[in-house]
Amino acid sequence: MNKNLVGIAAFLLAVFVLVPLAIAATGRWDLYYTLTSVALLAIGSAGVWLTFYIGRINIGQGAYALMGGYVSAVLMTKAGFSFWATLPLAGLFCAGISVLIGLPILRLRGVYFAMITLVLTEVTRLAALALPVTNGAKGITSIPLPGSLSVFGITLIPDFATMANPKLGFYLLAAALMVLSYVVLWRIVNSRLGHLCRSLQQNEELAASIGVNTAYLRVLTYAISSFFGGLAGAVFVAISQSIYPSSFAVADSVNFMLYCFVGGLGYVTGPMLGTFVLYFGWDLLSIAKQYQLLVYSSLMIAMMLVLPNGLLSLFDRKGGKK
Amino acid sequence: MEQILANGLYLGAQYALIALGLTLIFSLMNVLNFAHGQMYVFGGFVTYTVVAQWGLPFIVGLVSSAVILAVMGALIEKFLFRPVIRKSKRDESTMLLAAGIAFFLDAVILLLFGEKQRGVPKIVDGVFNWDMRLIMPYDRILIGVLAIALIVGFIALMQYTKAGRAMRALAQDRMAAQLMGVDVDRYSMIGFALGALLAGLVGGLLVTITGINLGMGGPTSIKAFMMIMIGGAGVISGAIAGGFILGMMESIGLTVLAVYGDITYLAIFASLMVFLAFRPQGLMGKPWG
Repeated sequence: MNKNLVGIAAFLLAVFVLVPLAIAATGRWDLYYTLTSVALLAIGSAGVWLTFYIGRINIGQGAYALMGGYVSAVLMTKAGFSFWATLPLAGLFCAGISVLIGLPILRLRGVYFAMITLVLTEVTRLAALALPVTNGAKGITSIPLPGSLSVFGITLIPDFATMANPKLGFYLLAAALMVLSYVVLWRIVNSRLGHLCRSLQQNEELAASIGVNTAYLRVLTYAISSFFGGLAGAVFVAISQSIYPSSFAVADSVNFMLYCFVGGLGYVTGPMLGTFVLYFGWDLLSIAKQYQLLVYSSLMIAMMLVLPNGLLSLFDRKGGKK
Repeated sequence: MEQILANGLYLGAQYALIALGLTLIFSLMNVLNFAHGQMYVFGGFVTYTVVAQWGLPFIVGLVSSAVILAVMGALIEKFLFRPVIRKSKRDESTMLLAAGIAFFLDAVILLLFGEKQRGVPKIVDGVFNWDMRLIMPYDRILIGVLAIALIVGFIALMQYTKAGRAMRALAQDRMAAQLMGVDVDRYSMIGFALGALLAGLVGGLLVTITGINLGMGGPTSIKAFMMIMIGGAGVISGAIAGGFILGMMESIGLTVLAVYGDITYLAIFASLMVFLAFRPQGLMGKPWG
C-alpha cells in the first residue's frame, strides 16, 4: 500500500511539476500539445476500458467524443454558455444518449456489440454532417477560449485568453481531468459496483441468477463510459477551437480500443499507458516520413505476436501473479 | 419503382459478396476481420494495375486480384492470427491484431498505389433502357450478374465439396470437427484465404464502376459489419440476406429520403437498433454466435 502511495505521488509530481519544468528547460513547447492529447485520449480510453470491464468491447467512443464536442461547441457559440458549464453538460448529454442507445444494444455481446458500436461511430459522423445545428461539413469554428472560472467571487482558474501561456493551461487542465478520471475509475473498480462488474465480465447468466441486476449495471457502466468520452471531446474542442464531423471518426474509435488493449485490459492504468505509448510512438515515428504508418502498424503487429495480453502483462510474469 | 428495385438488387449482390467473406472468416476462427475493407481496396487496386496500367484483359485482372488476395489471406492466417490465437488469454486480442493489419494494409496501399482515385475503362458500353422505366448501363448488369454467379458458386463450393463440408463442420464445432479428423489448421487457412479472395474479387468487380481509392476501406468494413448484424454473424445465408437487405434499404432510402438530405444511413441505423432490440442475434444467427 505504501509503495502504491509513493508511486502515485511520484506520478503526480512528474505530471504536474517535472514535465512543465522539463519543457520550460528544453523549450520544446510543441510537446505540450502532444501530452495534452495523450491526457485527453486517456480519459476516453478510460471509458472504453470500463465497458470492457463488463465484458463488452466498445469501439464507439469516438461517437461520444464527437457528440460531447458538438454539445460543448453549440452551447458556447449559440447559447453563450461558459466553457466550464458545457464541460459537465457535454458529459451528461453523452451519458443520456448512451442510455437510450445502450438499452437495446447492450443486450448484444462480444463481436456483435463491437460491430454495432463501430457502426455507431460512423452514424454519428453522418448525423453531424446532416443535422442543421452542427453546420454540416463546414463545422463550427472560432469557438472562444475558456473564460475564467470563479466560485463565490474567488477566481479559481483565470481566463485562458489572458493567460501568458494557454498551452500550459490546457496541459494542466487535461492532466488534472485525467487524474480525476482515473481516480474515479479506480474507485469504481474497487467498489461494490466494480465487483458486480467483474461478475458480469465472467459470466452474465450466473450473475443474473444470483440476483445481480445486470441490465441496470450494463447501462450504468456504459453511461459512465460515455460520460468520459463526452468530457474528452469537449476539452478537445476547446483546445482546437473548432469541430468538424471528421474530428472523431472510425479510426479514432478503433484507436481508443487499441490504447486499452496495448496497455493491458487487466489493469486500471493500462489505458493510460497504452495511450501514452501509442500516441507518443506515433509522434516519434514521424521521422520515418511516408513509412510512418507502415512502421507503426508493423510494430503493433509485432507487439501482438510477442505480448498478446498487453504491455502491463510484463510485470505480471515477473510478479508471478495469475 | 422498377429502377429502385434493380438498383437495390445490383447493390445487394455486391454487398452480399463482401459480407460472405467476412462472415466466413468470423465463423471459422471467431475473428472479426477489421482489415476486410482494406483487402477489398487492395483487390481493386490489383485489378486496376493489371487492366489500366498493363493493358491486359479484365478477366486477367480479376483472377490476379483473387489469387493475390488469397495468398495474402493464407499468409496472414498462418503467420499472424494462428500464433496470436494460441498465445493470448482473450479472444478479443485478435481484434487488435486485425486492426493492426488494417493499418498495415492501408500503409502498403498508400506506398504501392498512391492516394488517388483510380478506375478502369468501361468493360462493356451501352445502356439498357426499358421504356425509360428501367435504365441501367450494361456494365452494371454484367457486374451484378457476375456477383450473383460468384455467390452461387460459393454456396455450391460450401455445400458440395470436401473443403466446404470441412469448413462448415469447423464453423459448427471446432472441437468436434477436429475429433472427426478434419485438419483444423489447414481448413482455417483455406477459409481465411477464401474470405480474402472474395474481398479481392468484389474489389476487382467494383473498380470498373465506382473506381477505388484509399479511403474506401473503413466505410466498406462498416457496411459489411452492418450486413452481418442484420443477417446474423457467422451464418452464410444470413450474410446473403443482410447484403441484399442493406442494398435494398440503401436504394430505397436514397430515393425516398433524398428530400430530407443525406440521412439514409441514419435511418438505416435507427431501424437496425429497433430490430436488434427484438432480435439481437440477427435474422438467422444463433444466439451469441
